[in-house]
Amino acid sequence: MNLTLKIWRQDNPETKGKMVVYPMSNVEGDMSFLEMLDVLNEDLINKGEEPVAFDHDCREGICGTCSLMINGEPHGPDRLITTCQLHMRKFNDGDTIVIEPFRATAFPIIKDLVVDRTAFERIQQAGGYISVNTSGNTVDANAIPIEKEKADEAMDAATCIGCGACVAACKNASAMLFTSAKVSQFALLPQGRVEATDRVLNMVRQMDLEGFGNCTNTGACEVECPKGISLENIARMNREYMSAIVKG
Amino acid sequence: MGALIKSSILRKVVMALSGFFLVLFLALHVTINFVSVFSPDLFNELSHFMGYNPFVQFLMQPILILGVILHFVLGIGLEIQNSKARTVNYVKYKGSANAPWVSRNMIISGLVILAFLGLHFYDFWIHEITFKYVEANLEDPTRYYEETVQKFIPMWRTAIYVIAFFLLGMHLWHGFSSSLQSMGWNNKYTASVKAFTKLYALIVPAGFIIIALYHHFNHLSQ
Amino acid sequence: MGSLDSKIPSGPLAEKWTKHKNDIDLVNPANKRNIDILVVGTGLAGGAAAATLAELGYNVKTFCYQDSPRRAHSIAAQGGINASKNYQGDGDSDYRLFYDTVKGGDYRSREANVYRLAEVSGNIIDQCVAQGVPFAREYGGLLDNRSFGGVLVSRTFYAKGQTGQQLLLGAYAAMNRQINRGKIKSYNRHEMLDIVLIDGKARGIIARNLVTGEIERHSGHAVVLATGGYGNVFFLSTNAMGSNVTAAWRAHRRGAYFANPCYTQIHPTCIPVSGDHQSKLTLMSESLRNDGRIWVPKRLEDAQSIREGKLAPTELSEDERDYFLERRYPAFGNLVPRDVASRAAKERCDAGFGVNKTGEAVYLDFAAAIQRYGKEKALTSGLKNPDNTTIKQLGEEVIESKYGNLFQMYEKIVDQNPYKTPMMIYPAVHYTMGGLWVDYNLQTTIEGCYAAGEVNFSDHGANRLGASALMQGLADGYFVLPYTIGDYLSDDIRTGPIPTDGPEFEATEKEVLDRIDKLMQSNGTHSVDYYHKKLGKIMWNKCGMSRNAEDLKSAISEIAALRKDFWENVKIPGEAGQFNQELEKAGRVADFLELGELFAKDALHRNESCGGHFREEYQTKEGEALRDDENFKYVAAWEFKGAPSEAIMHKEDLVFENIKLKTRSYK
Repeated sequence: MNLTLKIWRQDNPETKGKMVVYPMSNVEGDMSFLEMLDVLNEDLINKGEEPVAFDHDCREGICGTCSLMINGEPHGPDRLITTCQLHMRKFNDGDTIVIEPFRATAFPIIKDLVVDRTAFERIQQAGGYISVNTSGNTVDANAIPIEKEKADEAMDAATCIGCGACVAACKNASAMLFTSAKVSQFALLPQGRVEATDRVLNMVRQMDLEGFGNCTNTGACEVECPKGISLENIARMNREYMSAIVKG
Repeated sequence: MGALIKSSILRKVVMALSGFFLVLFLALHVTINFVSVFSPDLFNELSHFMGYNPFVQFLMQPILILGVILHFVLGIGLEIQNSKARTVNYVKYKGSANAPWVSRNMIISGLVILAFLGLHFYDFWIHEITFKYVEANLEDPTRYYEETVQKFIPMWRTAIYVIAFFLLGMHLWHGFSSSLQSMGWNNKYTASVKAFTKLYALIVPAGFIIIALYHHFNHLSQ
Repeated sequence: MGSLDSKIPSGPLAEKWTKHKNDIDLVNPANKRNIDILVVGTGLAGGAAAATLAELGYNVKTFCYQDSPRRAHSIAAQGGINASKNYQGDGDSDYRLFYDTVKGGDYRSREANVYRLAEVSGNIIDQCVAQGVPFAREYGGLLDNRSFGGVLVSRTFYAKGQTGQQLLLGAYAAMNRQINRGKIKSYNRHEMLDIVLIDGKARGIIARNLVTGEIERHSGHAVVLATGGYGNVFFLSTNAMGSNVTAAWRAHRRGAYFANPCYTQIHPTCIPVSGDHQSKLTLMSESLRNDGRIWVPKRLEDAQSIREGKLAPTELSEDERDYFLERRYPAFGNLVPRDVASRAAKERCDAGFGVNKTGEAVYLDFAAAIQRYGKEKALTSGLKNPDNTTIKQLGEEVIESKYGNLFQMYEKIVDQNPYKTPMMIYPAVHYTMGGLWVDYNLQTTIEGCYAAGEVNFSDHGANRLGASALMQGLADGYFVLPYTIGDYLSDDIRTGPIPTDGPEFEATEKEVLDRIDKLMQSNGTHSVDYYHKKLGKIMWNKCGMSRNAEDLKSAISEIAALRKDFWENVKIPGEAGQFNQELEKAGRVADFLELGELFAKDALHRNESCGGHFREEYQTKEGEALRDDENFKYVAAWEFKGAPSEAIMHKEDLVFENIKLKTRSYK
């Protein structure tokens, strides 16, 4: 398979970036998208050029490190996968593939396709936890039964890998799906109810401070989320937030 | 409190509430207008009631105006804020892959509707205010039907109205169900409620379009 | 050869830990505020330790090369976490968990540590539930368990197929709480490049800020290493691309002994290699072996035709197939432990029966399970005389409900539908049991340098049982290290802050900078990956699933030669003072090139087969592992003496007072 890659190159946060065209030949369908980039980088290094910087780590779709806007979609055209799980057989001979970093004011570019997603860290630090000491002297794990349905729903929200595809896909660069997944996981469990009011207020405040856009319910985030996190979580966060305001 | 006013969710909820209120108002509006198609007398009667009832005039009307203003001020504000959330745009952004055009372009349909509201206010509301309070004319419970019909004589105005209603439909297509989501309403009934909101987004603007076209062509044929 | 003091407390096994906790010195809360601890690595062990230490009142700094602590590779663990809760009432107990772990480790782990692990395992579950980890539950609302990897009880707690992720998010949440309180300062995208010793004690680290390329000095009263395993020495493994041995190896070079480096776990159910471009291997949960049957064709010609694409596996009849695990191990069948299953697959492929292009794959077939479940389901749904299509459909539904996400993942990667045609699997490097030698307190042979989780060697012996890695990481992090470290730190309450401008920091930083300069200046001809792949090939072919003296000897010389070549000819574009992923990789591969040699040396000296270490010279007539308890019942802890070839071995004899040594048999 022969391809034309158009890749965003940017030396550092201060410099201006630009799209650079790289022809690629002998791409195999069994390669993952990142392996295809590995091959490109190997060529660039051999030619004495700087390889394309991109984020990646586990390469099995769970760590949430890989990103990339591929032909205008985060994690590429396939659904319910991350870029590292995207395979080249999804493309055709002769295709042009545009590869860009996730773009949001809250995700400044570090280099080429690598962005800084620490805004997500700060949102979680603002309240994404249950204040329990790690002494091990808590009550027995089975002391509080939890409805299976609720536990499963909490689990569904908790599967968020924090990759930022929701922000990248959203026309407003909103982080509502991410924040709501974190809020929901705890809001659904009895252990998390105790601090629910403060948690949602603090996390949403931090989310706003980071400069993410607002949710206009286009639903793009849900479609592009590699873990299929549901929009219901956003509705739940809206509810939690309003009731938190009422409670003060 | 200052923080609250800046809160994205609170703004969204106010946006949703005002939108939801306007959605309800449209139901009333289209119903009354539709009466003009089959009963000029009843239409006059209803219009007169709306125009002179103090509850409607001095409570509902200001709320409505406030709702409209809130909705578009907030809407434009959110749009500005949202555009700041991504200052460098994608070279290639395939929005159609994950969200419908109408959902992504509420600002366009919204601004067209806003512009239309200018004309609509000029046509009816300014006229009413002038009639009642500036010129301080006496009450005339029979003038409304004729005034309405007169408005739809020119082709250009009818065309503008039809286009605006078309965009209103698009705005509602996304906006109605979106307002429910913003207010935190998403559960097992959502699928069917969503279907209802889409139907609503078809029927209400279609009603307005039919009314406008009816009066335009009805007059031509007379 | 010296001997090592493991500082195991005296007294009966079950009372050692309690007694030890009562005996050790504590630091009073007011003094904890004056003590700084550096935690390197933020997976389950590091994240849990950082959170607990901060909660106790110490000032903690954490370091991770990822852009967030929550991306550490603990996140990829799928199956579950063991705990001796006995919620199922099936006779589980601390002793039974201890026994299974020691036996599974082929009697090469330390009794006292393993018992402590079993003892605190229940607390882990309590703790995690309190933190909001959404474990799977039954309809009654209580926690669900599954059974795992060849044990006789159901003691594995799980959260879908993402248990590691959920536990890590729990530990990360606990960290966030402390970050919010200002007790933890987290340095993400930072990599530790050396450890700083002052008067023989670990007092700081030199780290590189991976974003700016700046070299930073950080000081503390103790250093905790929780940097995971070194499976990436094989290049292809199920580890994350960034997983590395650098922190552990740098500590090793400064005096921490490296124990049993040759103990590597090869996991049998991974997706096979598809070509030279392959960058990593994907594991599929071991739970698949509960329902899948493993086979290769009986006839070589058939295997050949399948490889050439002329024959489909579904065209072979039952008696043309060789269900080799069922044939060799009738008692355990497809459920033999990981090392046994892996070796058996390799044996068949080496004999020419492999079934994919590269000849390195065997089938994992669900057709029988689909039939069985289909019939069962038809029966319970009241269907009389269902036709074959209905049975198949019902069976596929059951399989989907159990393994749907795994099947989907397989299909995405391989582009074959595993409901219709058997899956292909092949073993891959997954976990390393060896690591930094630690005593009962988890302290390495450098005073004040501790090691927790996969980076240490202590609990799994020569082979790890399924669902035990998460248990060990959290046990070390939440419940062991935070207390044992107090014993050491109680002497440091008057030390005051450690300055970072002393000669030791100066000297260590200079060494780090010199090494980076040397890497950047070599300006040779080959990329870092080129060397990493070459190293991986040597390791896999000569130090992989089965080893022999001749291969190991040649591996040692080949690795040494490759290392020399690397330092002369590696090519790293860009600058050191900027974001530079090639430089990051180069530093890691340079360390792998040293570790690899020690690995082979350790494997060569261990003239026996045990757990993940299989020496072809030491096997029974039937091809089973032959352990030598008389001569090798010890931990081999290697001391660095300037080069891997010069390393000196120290022995820690393993004493088994509570368990009788037996030959592992799964026949």
